[in-house]
Amino acid sequence: MKRYLRNPAAVLGALLVLTVLGMGLAAPLLFPADPLGLAGRPLQWPGANPRFPLGTDPSGRDIMAQLFHGARVSLLIGFVATLVATGIGIAIGALAGFYGGWVDTALMRVTEAFQTLPNFLLLLVLVAVFGSQMNTVTIAIGLVSWPPVARLTRAEFLTLRTREFVQAARIQGLSDLHLMLREVLPNALPPVIVYASVVMAVAILLESALAFLQLSDPNVPSWGNLIGLGRSVLRVEWYVSAIPGVAILLTILGVSLVGQGLNDALNPRLGQ
Amino acid sequence: MILAIEGLTVALPPGADRQYALRDVSWHLAANEILCVVGESGSGKSVTATTIMGLMAAGVRVESGRVLLEGTDLARLPAEELRRLRGPRIAMVFQEPMTALNPLMTVGDQLAEMWRTHTDLPANEIAVRARAALVEVALPDPDGALRAYPHELSGGQRQRVMIAMALALEPALLICDEPTTALDVTTQAQILALIRDLQRRRGTAVLFITHDFGVVAEIADRVAVMQHGVVVEQGSAAQVLGAPAHDYTRRLLAAVPKLTAPPPRAVSPEPVLEIIDLAKTYRPAGLFRRRRETRALDGVSLTLRRGATLGVVGESGSGKSTLARCAVGLLPFDAGAIRIDGRPLPRARRAAAQLVQMVFQDPYASLNPRRRVGDQVAQGPVAAGASRAAARAQAAELFELVGLDPAALTRFPHEFSGGQRQRIGIARALAMKPAVLVADEPVSALDVSVQAQVLELLRGLQARLGLSILFITHDLRVAAQLCDEVAVMQNGLVVEHGLTAQVFEHPIHPYTRSLLAAVPGRSVIS
Repeated sequence: MKRYLRNPAAVLGALLVLTVLGMGLAAPLLFPADPLGLAGRPLQWPGANPRFPLGTDPSGRDIMAQLFHGARVSLLIGFVATLVATGIGIAIGALAGFYGGWVDTALMRVTEAFQTLPNFLLLLVLVAVFGSQMNTVTIAIGLVSWPPVARLTRAEFLTLRTREFVQAARIQGLSDLHLMLREVLPNALPPVIVYASVVMAVAILLESALAFLQLSDPNVPSWGNLIGLGRSVLRVEWYVSAIPGVAILLTILGVSLVGQGLNDALNPRLGQ
Repeated sequence: MILAIEGLTVALPPGADRQYALRDVSWHLAANEILCVVGESGSGKSVTATTIMGLMAAGVRVESGRVLLEGTDLARLPAEELRRLRGPRIAMVFQEPMTALNPLMTVGDQLAEMWRTHTDLPANEIAVRARAALVEVALPDPDGALRAYPHELSGGQRQRVMIAMALALEPALLICDEPTTALDVTTQAQILALIRDLQRRRGTAVLFITHDFGVVAEIADRVAVMQHGVVVEQGSAAQVLGAPAHDYTRRLLAAVPKLTAPPPRAVSPEPVLEIIDLAKTYRPAGLFRRRRETRALDGVSLTLRRGATLGVVGESGSGKSTLARCAVGLLPFDAGAIRIDGRPLPRARRAAAQLVQMVFQDPYASLNPRRRVGDQVAQGPVAAGASRAAARAQAAELFELVGLDPAALTRFPHEFSGGQRQRIGIARALAMKPAVLVADEPVSALDVSVQAQVLELLRGLQARLGLSILFITHDLRVAAQLCDEVAVMQNGLVVEHGLTAQVFEHPIHPYTRSLLAAVPGRSVIS
């Protein structure tokens, strides 16, 4: 923790993420009205009307309100999708790395099958098949993001399972489940946690990309939806897309900096 | 005078476990002389070497004092000028020749680099010199070695290449940092003889860093003993080894195990562990089977009697560690049988755990760094069905038994020293109340004084609990101290087996004889 706080970039990242989190939490208090409801004249420039500091979108909705409520959505999608991806990835990677042999071969071929498909195309297929409600979109993002996590976990397990402390526990008569969960996993986790921040950043981007193509859930005020709405007026009223774009940029920057900071803090050998 | 160190004080970075790596160290080294700097881990002996070479770790700096190489103060020299001295005037041989050599370059290329970097000699002249250098370090087939990659040579051959590289430009000073620690005892004897021989012929000044008093006795002209960054005693080898003046030197020398076995104990004739005709072959896996298969165990039969210690000694590759891993059920074997208390070793992990336990070599790798030590000791009995509270209480008792504070149960491994961790490893093994304890080089990674304590602990535990121990070691001195019987292994075969005193005093097999003859410092420390 001390090592983390000594790193200014990591602190900046944490502040950015906390700001977005704060925006999400404050959204219902500051903007109790439906952010997708009609608020005023459409396409007012930021600052033109004191009621709408960041202006309004082509449908006359408050961009500021959408930005705050969108923070909730983006973080929620990022967080849940990351949870899904790391959960699947760790489970598959742990089994493959711990048992090796044909288990490893089978699971890794499945992982490679997922990796050979461009994950955005796979995501499009999943959304096309299962619909674009918020929860299906989130789970679909998780489902296309787990292969790198699995590979990373597997690599860690492969080196850790032959370590003497694991062998000692094996000789003590402990079950495979205990060996995996109590002995190997805690030692394999730090790089996976660091990678989870990458997964989170990518998940937020994927949702935005879906929304930009108007394939995400249109009934939630996500940043991606807002960018998608601005697409038709991009040349004149560019602020409609630019404001949520900057929000996404800063959020992903924050998440990435947190990940980098965690990496430095959890990897003591890089410390010196 | 080739090298003179005067009042050298080296500071460690803030936050290290002590302020100074070296405090006011002074000694000198003349041409045609070997100075051994000897000490335990943390004594500052390696920092001395890296300071001379200007290869200190980040944050480590010279605070005061001088390092005079032929009158030039190396501690004040700009990096570029120091670099020009490294190679032609000072050279170094490292502990682990595999990591000190570049795996992607042939031996010939790496050797030739010395002349390419520091001289203007034409390529054909360099090639001639490189070959001559390998001839001089007595490598068999020097032409083949020039074309070989480091992994194609044995450990001893690699160390010979390192020495050839170090001596290529005829430096005035050769620094050897534990050059034989990673080698087998017979190879170690050869390398020591080679260093001695080359040093005599060329009149090189050699700074030899080691933790092993046996090696000191073999090679040193003069000795400097270090403790906590201070030179506590220095003088001629005969003086320091024969009549040590400082208390610490005396304690270190006393801790070196004697090669003579104590009188045999009476042990029960009843066998507890029987290894019958055990065979194990490692077959290379994969599509391209280029490596040959190795017979690690080639029909090994041994019997461990109840309450006794059976030592299995041998060099690397003899199959002794494979035997240990088969005996605890970590490795499946191809043929033969392992019987404990007359019954075959069960395949089920939980049942086998009650019969046989293991103490590992590396105290740093054998404990899970992220779990409390108490949990690691208690988890075995809990898995076997004991209640959590009972297992905890037992772990506390065991901690007391192995000489640790029971309050330390809630600590993490990094809070313990190497010797303490090895005690935790022993407590963890004893928690299962096994019939047989397999100890795989349990003291090899420890300093000599700590080694003596752990051996004493094992002896005491054996007397109190009637433990039966299968003790794997490469160190004949250690085997002599602890084992009732020894079995000597070579290439997967037991070549000699008998009571310790008998094997050590009247070895029959030539391999046993060569092993015993290679133990360093026999004449001085016995």
